[in-house]
Amino acid sequence: MTDRIWKREEQAVFALRSLYSRYGYVPYKMSHFEEYELYVRNKDFLVSDQIITFSGEGGRLLALKPDVTLSIVKNAPQTPGVVQKVYYDENVYRDYREIRQTGLECVGDLGEYEISEVVMLAVRSLALMQERFVLNISHMGLISAVLDSCGLTDGEKKQAMRCLRGKNIHGLQALCQGNLPAWEKLWTLAACRGSGEDVLGQMETILTTQEERTALGELAQLWRILKSGGRTESVRLDFSVGSDLGYYSGVVFRGYLEGIPASVLSGGQYDKLPRKMGRKSRAIGFAIYLDLLQQRSGEDDTQDIDTLIVHDGSIDTALLAQAAAKAAEQGSVLVSTSVPKDRTWKQLQRFEKGAQVE
Amino acid sequence: MKNWIHIALPKGRLGEKAYAMLKNSSYDCPALEDPGRKLIFENPEKGIRYFWVKPSDVAIYVERGAADLGIVGKDILLEYQPDVYELLDLRMGKCRMAVAGKKDFRDPVGQTLKVATKFPNITRSYYSGKCRDIDIIHLNGSIELAPILGLSHVIVDIVETGTTLRENDLMVYEDIVPISARLIANIASYQFKDTQINTIRERLQGQVESKYD
Repeated sequence: MTDRIWKREEQAVFALRSLYSRYGYVPYKMSHFEEYELYVRNKDFLVSDQIITFSGEGGRLLALKPDVTLSIVKNAPQTPGVVQKVYYDENVYRDYREIRQTGLECVGDLGEYEISEVVMLAVRSLALMQERFVLNISHMGLISAVLDSCGLTDGEKKQAMRCLRGKNIHGLQALCQGNLPAWEKLWTLAACRGSGEDVLGQMETILTTQEERTALGELAQLWRILKSGGRTESVRLDFSVGSDLGYYSGVVFRGYLEGIPASVLSGGQYDKLPRKMGRKSRAIGFAIYLDLLQQRSGEDDTQDIDTLIVHDGSIDTALLAQAAAKAAEQGSVLVSTSVPKDRTWKQLQRFEKGAQVE
Repeated sequence: MKNWIHIALPKGRLGEKAYAMLKNSSYDCPALEDPGRKLIFENPEKGIRYFWVKPSDVAIYVERGAADLGIVGKDILLEYQPDVYELLDLRMGKCRMAVAGKKDFRDPVGQTLKVATKFPNITRSYYSGKCRDIDIIHLNGSIELAPILGLSHVIVDIVETGTTLRENDLMVYEDIVPISARLIANIASYQFKDTQINTIRERLQGQVESKYD
């Protein structure tokens, strides 16, 4: 009964709020709009550039918020030792659609613990929503250090990023023609996928620069922390998780639920964003796209209502009310004078000529 | 619950060749070989389900998760940039994306170049790389007619053997990119069906290598 009243995404929001509160995150309520200038200045950070704008008071150009992170980060604390931990459940507006998004942001003077806590909360968020899930983790610092060490031009780096994202090994091969060391590195980056034990050792053998080793060390440490918490069974290291966005600097991750054809969770460490805003803070966070939960294939085999009572108006209304109240105690009920064409039900009670006939 | 693999095949010769490779990899589906108007075919024993779709729609079926895997031309991937994994170059259905024009064509460098094409995104990206001002004329077929009738200066289109161009007194001026068929996968499906998908990819790769290497 409760399952039917609360939609799948609403149930998820309750469970997620409870989880985030338990780790000291506080709710963050935003206004529906924001100065358009904020988004223009940080356009590269946005998933879509289709922003809905309108004129506000005094001719100021305002926008319906296409993103939550920017608004949170622009107010991030800069004091050493201070970390702001917030979660949100907001509607954002992209490509002329309203999208419900839940997530959390952790900004300020972050250390190794905060980063691992956010990734752990991403794992637990997915586990709360469904038993079968996968969280893919990558590291933008590692990818960018590997690309730097391969001697590629900026254009080639972009192409290599696209190939890595698409697991396009033949594309990388074409790109690295005549550059065997680059091919060896990029092939390993594209082909390696699995647990830390499977991937980290293999990656270590191909690294040549200090930057690469430092980034791999961060990833290895994150894996060790997650593993000590017993949270790695559905976690994979996979370097196809990446982004052209220049803002992501460290760990990046994407989560998937079985039966949903797109990633439902996306996040990462984006230290460059607060830095660009002139703030001395670091930041990590993730968003969950709750509207995707409706897309679960093969679901929704339940009926709309438990009992349908159809009457021809001849039954005593008090008796009808009693029948309805009794049915409502057991589950949901709909009283109607005709069989509705747009509803489904488990059982039917029919009253005709003053008596129950079915 | 059986983990079915859904594969979108492009209608036409490319799809038939791709199915032949899948059949050789022991992913046969006898029902598919019977002529008829059915669009979906399955082999429950192998846990595989095929469906024929319009070639330009394969990437949409895969990106949206209606299919786990698909066979699609690189031209479609370049044009629509779907968010999918591109797992293998099948090295068949080979052709190239090229700029063609009339035999007496001279680039009117002092004016906007009129380009007729079915591939506006590839065209835009190619000419923006050359900083050339162009006017794209989006057509859906018989692209070769455009320069003959003076609708455009050149066309950007797929060239396989060049016969159609020759028969219409047109010729290729610049190659943009080589094209061939690719095996693509839905990214979310891959996370849960990676063992099955990688087996299919490896078997197909084995065939590609034995044929071309």
